[in-house]
Amino acid sequence: MKVVVCVKQIPDPNTTGQLDPQTHLLKRDGVEVVMDPGDEFGVEAGLKLVEAQGGEVTVVSMGPERGLDAVRKALAMGAAKGILISDDALRGSDALTTARVLAEAIKREGFDLVITATESTDGYTGVVPQAIAELLDVPAVTFAKSVECDGSTLKVQRQTEAGHDVVEASLPAVVSVTAGVNEPRYPSLKGIMGAKSKPLDRLSPSDLGLDGQGGASAGQSITAVQPAPERAAGEIVKDEGDAAKRVADFLASKKVI
Amino acid sequence: MALGRIWVFAEVLQGKPVPVALELLTKARSLGGTVEALVFSPEAEAAAADLGAHGAETVYAATDQAYVEVLLGGPAADAIAELVAEQQPDLILFGMTQDGRDVAGRLAAKLGVPVIANGLDVSADGDVAVETSIFGASLNVTTKFDGGKPAIAIFRPKSFAAEPSGGASAKVVPITTAVAEKHRSARVVDRVADVASGPKLEEAPVVISGGRGLGDPKNFELLEQLAQAIGNAAVGASRAVVDAGWVPYSMQVGQTGKTVKPSVYIACGISGAMQHTVGMKGAKAIVAINKDENAPIFKLADLGVVGDVLKIVPQLVEEVKARKG
Ligand SMILES: Cc1cc2nc3c(=O)[nH]c(=O)nc-3n(C[C@H](O)[C@H](O)[C@H](O)COP(=O)(O)OP(=O)(O)OC[C@H]3O[C@@H](n4cnc5c(N)ncnc54)[C@H](O)[C@@H]3O)c2cc1C
Ligand SMILES: Nc1ncnc2c1ncn2[C@@H]1O[C@H](COP(=O)(O)O)[C@@H](O)[C@H]1O
Repeated sequence: MKVVVCVKQIPDPNTTGQLDPQTHLLKRDGVEVVMDPGDEFGVEAGLKLVEAQGGEVTVVSMGPERGLDAVRKALAMGAAKGILISDDALRGSDALTTARVLAEAIKREGFDLVITATESTDGYTGVVPQAIAELLDVPAVTFAKSVECDGSTLKVQRQTEAGHDVVEASLPAVVSVTAGVNEPRYPSLKGIMGAKSKPLDRLSPSDLGLDGQGGASAGQSITAVQPAPERAAGEIVKDEGDAAKRVADFLASKKVI
Repeated sequence: MALGRIWVFAEVLQGKPVPVALELLTKARSLGGTVEALVFSPEAEAAAADLGAHGAETVYAATDQAYVEVLLGGPAADAIAELVAEQQPDLILFGMTQDGRDVAGRLAAKLGVPVIANGLDVSADGDVAVETSIFGASLNVTTKFDGGKPAIAIFRPKSFAAEPSGGASAKVVPITTAVAEKHRSARVVDRVADVASGPKLEEAPVVISGGRGLGDPKNFELLEQLAQAIGNAAVGASRAVVDAGWVPYSMQVGQTGKTVKPSVYIACGISGAMQHTVGMKGAKAIVAINKDENAPIFKLADLGVVGDVLKIVPQLVEEVKARKG
């Protein structure tokens, strides 16, 4: 089974991201780029499936050259091959452009199953998986909190507002996984060493027949950035045994008891 | 640019439009133009009155049972794309629900038009522009569409308040696009609802949420008792405890969970990460109980109590019971 996992390289989520006030592009200088923690679940899900069914995991990422670490991490976890699509023109790409680039790369590679996270940790637009599926003309089984696959049929518990749906789909398909779908493994030392000799393709949009794609062609542009309005803090009290009474007074003052 | 047609993707559950559909219709009315709804449900007819009362003049309705038996994204995007070619809407609004995101994402790719997700507000003076929040809701960003039509945007539930327009029941126009054979391979074979008692999280006037500070899944029982004592209260949770499997995802409040705007939100043993607070900072009043006086949640609490939640909540249950007599 050929599994392609999309991994996004994002600025370290433990640092507060910033936009350049002039260009409205993400400030990348001095910020470490890491694999989106959400995508670790995708890589793990892919590795589990090929371990059970046979086959290989390829990871594909569109992002800055310097963020190669994310792809290397997936290789160290056990993926067989990496593909990185980089180009200055891709900076500031919207979801649709991102999906076009990834879909072309995936088509070129061939796939039975494409795995993504449900949403990226930096952008959380959460529509790239569906857009990729549309461009590949296959089902998008989204918000999976469990994934089973016998090699030809996918069985997924798909999170819903109320609980979950059980969804079955034939391959090929795209599946997007939620955090908590599995327990991502840590790369072993052997894995890290082995990753260095695994194939890693670097592609540009023109290699994919996608010249002129990217930020400049994005059908949307940022016009303003402001800090979100903050809520004013209120009264802070230490519990001296009377906290329950204070809270009850507060609830009564808001007329909810 | 004045808007011509504005469409709202309106999900219908048990014969009723979901709340976010009515919120979006209310907002759509304020943008000028003709407001219409898209419904994929055998119960579309039953929902026409509510949709009309919130501003929809027309409901385009796909009532074929096949749409509920398969994953909606693919076939609904096909049907809407056909309708777009016919009717040329300027803007299509979706709620940020699972199906809303599936349909919007596929539709954008199909039509080759941009989609903006995670929206909090929309304006249409001149260009259509959508406000979103990024970096854990620390920044608000305004993005305008300058691609092709229609503009597609997805909004967080509770971004707008639903208000009836007093309009008449919407005219129902059937969507006749059949579900293509290729979409039938992705089937919904079962629908499982987490059992919940009491009022819905999104609708309850009081929400009591628990986080990792509760220490143990069984301590959620304390929050249930408090909800019972207060009455008309629902219990929510942080993602940390949902991911740990203590409580179901349907209880999660925050960026990747539900948005709530109750009269009072009580955060118990929750640190107040931005991804959590984005889902509850719209509450009218916030109470936080946390043993760490530096917990970020205190920055937005109207009443912050530094103390042990396991001690305070049981006392509070007794106190509330005593006061209610
Ligand atoms: C992309 C993304 C999306 C996310 N989406 C969400 C989301 O939708 N919702 C969400 O909630 N989170 C979300 N998160 C996670 C979020 O960043 C936090 O990790 C999470 O909210 C923390 O949960 P918590 O407050 O329960 O746990 P912790 O951060 O561990 O906090 C526990 C708190 O309990 C306090 N405490 C401990 N013992 C006691 C006691 N006995 N009495 C009183 N207080 C006590 C501690 O002082 C601490 O402040 C998201 C993260 C990412 C990266
Ligand atoms: N630039 C990218 N490179 C690789 N995968 C991506 C990229 N952007 C998005 N994805 C995948 O799509 C998922 C959803 O992203 P988004 O729709 O941007 O929130 C991510 O979690 C990734 O798995």
